[in-house]
Amino acid sequence: MNQESFSQIFINAALVNNFVLAYFLGICPFLGVSGKIDTAGKMGGAVTFVMLISSMCAYGIHAFLEAIDAPFLQLISYIVVIASTVQLVEMFVKKMSPALFQALGIFLPLITTNCAILGLALFQTNKGYDFFQSVTYAFGAGTGFTLALLLMAGLREQLDFAEVPKVIRGTVLTLVAAGILSLAFMGFSGLGSN
Amino acid sequence: MNKELSNTTSSTDEFIKGLWKENPVFVQVLGMCPVLAVSNTAINALAMGLATAFVLIMSNSLVSLLRNFIPKEVRIASYILIIATFVTIIDYAIQAISVDLHKNLGAFISLIVVNCLILSRAEAFASKNTLGKSILDALGMGLGFTLGLVSLGLVREILGSGAVFGIPIMPDTFQEWVIMILPAGGFFTLAAWLLVFNLYKQKRNAL
Repeated sequence: MNQESFSQIFINAALVNNFVLAYFLGICPFLGVSGKIDTAGKMGGAVTFVMLISSMCAYGIHAFLEAIDAPFLQLISYIVVIASTVQLVEMFVKKMSPALFQALGIFLPLITTNCAILGLALFQTNKGYDFFQSVTYAFGAGTGFTLALLLMAGLREQLDFAEVPKVIRGTVLTLVAAGILSLAFMGFSGLGSN
Repeated sequence: MNKELSNTTSSTDEFIKGLWKENPVFVQVLGMCPVLAVSNTAINALAMGLATAFVLIMSNSLVSLLRNFIPKEVRIASYILIIATFVTIIDYAIQAISVDLHKNLGAFISLIVVNCLILSRAEAFASKNTLGKSILDALGMGLGFTLGLVSLGLVREILGSGAVFGIPIMPDTFQEWVIMILPAGGFFTLAAWLLVFNLYKQKRNAL
């Protein structure tokens, strides 16, 4: 069992090993949705919610698969649970806030193929976290994802007004900005490790 | 049937387009997580590319074979299950071939499941085309993806550790660019490659 404290896990997942900027998980929505601060925040919320639920489910599934001695089913069962959770969230959002549903567009169902969520489930299993550690880890990862998305959206809103050559506009500029952001986050390394 | 006959002439195009015109890394910018994460050395990049290509070919063939049997409502879920099965296979295969490699790639092998490239080929191509064409499409896309990964990996390895496929090539006085192996280097290298492609496209359009 892993002995890390909750605050360590949280800081580690949110800042030091930020899912987007250090592990490159969830790059698709990061590049796609991070155009506006408003949408970015909501997307971050949706992802955090799915992360929390799928992290709990993944913990249960892992324990169950250990018990029946079938670890090769791990990947398949994780992805099925994540897909169903996303479906649930999608129906919920559609009912509660059609405007938000419109704003998130194709990226909501694409949370299923968001590596950050499956990555989270796999990492927490690899690290051997217990139930509460897993939930903390999921919360930290979600916070980190939202933070990265918000920062990026802020940057991009400013970049829209900058005069840059036409060749650099679009993905190239976003990637360079992401690289600089990733460098900035490296300043957090060492934080939270005792 | 007639429609399919008229399409047969383009079977080499199905292959070539993945390599160049619709290259998944440089043109479509799909499946970025593994591209950025494991391209810190050329070996990792090559292994990741080949593993993805294998999954892509197998899942494209199976989806194409089953395209008339899978109900439309549950197609995405079925595709993901098919992909997850092959990823589990390749995960165990890599572990059997080289434990070191498996450790280097880590969770990113499992994460092939959520590579948007594979799902998008299943949905956009294999579910509508014959087996032969789907395999060609997957071959092209898989090789194009591998090409993209390796070209990223080469740049990062040469600048970051002064080596190519683990063999040192730079003179002893070469100061390694540590940033290239770090996550930020991945973003910068990909940006640079995309810039090269954009410049090329702009030049060609201007002619």
